[in-house]
Amino acid sequence: MATLIIAEHNNSELQPATFNTIAAAKHLDGDTVVLVAGHDCKSVADEAAKAEGVDKVLLAEAEHYAHLLAEDLDKLVVEQAESFTHILAPATTFGKNIAPRIAALLDVQQISDIIAIESDDTFKRPVYAGNAIATVKSTDAKKVITVRATAFDALSHEGGSASVESIGTTEHGALVDYVGEELTESERPELTSAKVIVSGGRGMGNGENFAMLEQLADKLGAAVGASRAAVDAGFVPNDYQVGQTGKIVAPELYIAVGISGAIQHLAGMKDSKVIVAINKDEEAPIFQVADYGLVADLFKVVPELIEAL
Amino acid sequence: MKILVAIKRVIDANVKVRVKADNTGVETANVKMSMNPFCEIAVEEAVRLKEQGVASEVIVVSIGNQQCQESLRTALALGADRAILVKTDDAVEPLAVAKVLKTLVDKEQPEMVLLGKQSIDGDNNQTGQMLGALLGWGQGTFASKVEVADGKAQVTREIDGGLQTLDVKLPAIITTDLRLNEPRFASLPNIMKAKRKPLEELAIADLGVDVAPRTETLKVENPPARKEGIKVETVAELVDKLKNEAKVI
Repeated sequence: MATLIIAEHNNSELQPATFNTIAAAKHLDGDTVVLVAGHDCKSVADEAAKAEGVDKVLLAEAEHYAHLLAEDLDKLVVEQAESFTHILAPATTFGKNIAPRIAALLDVQQISDIIAIESDDTFKRPVYAGNAIATVKSTDAKKVITVRATAFDALSHEGGSASVESIGTTEHGALVDYVGEELTESERPELTSAKVIVSGGRGMGNGENFAMLEQLADKLGAAVGASRAAVDAGFVPNDYQVGQTGKIVAPELYIAVGISGAIQHLAGMKDSKVIVAINKDEEAPIFQVADYGLVADLFKVVPELIEAL
Repeated sequence: MKILVAIKRVIDANVKVRVKADNTGVETANVKMSMNPFCEIAVEEAVRLKEQGVASEVIVVSIGNQQCQESLRTALALGADRAILVKTDDAVEPLAVAKVLKTLVDKEQPEMVLLGKQSIDGDNNQTGQMLGALLGWGQGTFASKVEVADGKAQVTREIDGGLQTLDVKLPAIITTDLRLNEPRFASLPNIMKAKRKPLEELAIADLGVDVAPRTETLKVENPPARKEGIKVETVAELVDKLKNEAKVI
């Protein structure tokens, strides 16, 4: 038995969810091997080699791997697959994009978004927006899995001393050309790994009013998120969205402001340790999951809260 | 160009899903079913491409029981030209769905297959990517914008850090995200017209595809319940609770 983890990175450092995926792999028997495929990304391989729990790092460098396109990385992973019983990727947009291609090429039914490992072939995963938890047993010889990062606490980034081995690369399939990216620049912590999140919904009224939430976030060292309604209305960019089909978060403290609490939103945040809801509608479903609810006009109490902290 | 759109019939997004008492699954008896919302967006996008003169024909396909006809008729009312129902009474896993769709792609030769990025029942987010791999096609997943020109689809994708744009060579797989479009409502005349559009039925067994399940669901449970919370009256009380009771700030 051995597990291969497909590292998510930006050619200079690992994305946090990779460390959670390594933590999940430690629930499986056998060695944990991390594949770092990219362009000029030796430093990422070195970072992975230092991570606790990693036994070996495979490094594949090629110009056409620079943007981690699924159509190129899938064949690379399949070439390496023979030595592994389990292939894991984080259940991020990166992992969700690539893992099913690998599974199909290996003729394996993937298990998506696992939150617990019961044994080498049995896993728990949320279905129906987290309204039910299924325990699923795979009968495939190989398992291809995506891992919900918030369900596995990351191990230390230090202390490991795995070897780094360079491996051969695959040819550029030329099915897809990278054009560009518009990434949201922020000094704040990343939403999925933040300890505190302040999220706004339709009740914020417009995008300008999110400045208030940003002030609150600054006081708390928090990330800023949003409900689908706020993103659809154009208040904030898509990468703010927390929910069933957006980002799944589980911070120590989640403050929902002007969010009614549709089940699709609750699916993305109800595993937070402490939930605070601020909403003027006392019937709002968000109060059913909130530890502390404040029925009030957010435009009055959020400035008070900023003042009080 | 022909577009194939795959759609799934699921428990309606507004229904509160209940786990069965014997933990074998969720209640589906007498529960409202609808087209998966992401699939509706896929149908809408295909119809818009036809209206722009980019697509020549829109074929919708669904795999499932006889009731899936209703979802296919809905898609026809929204503007699809014809429908294919691949009939089965069994649950079909994403890998098997991708294999079934591949046989239809081989037969119909579309230049684009549009699918929802995930269905809101299984939440797997696999079928489009699997079909892409089986066909050896490129994919634009989680699309929020699609423009077709010069033998390629330029796809803007919603990714964790923001937006990414790719040129995907045709034929291509596109999976839809929420903000790609806002699906229209079917008008009454179009609903009537949809009844006369062709709907072909195929038996899954006749396609020669291995659809045997690869996973076994051992049990389905309710998620752990959160302990009941309290209402606070003032900001001062909230700050006090967060500091001294929850100890999170």
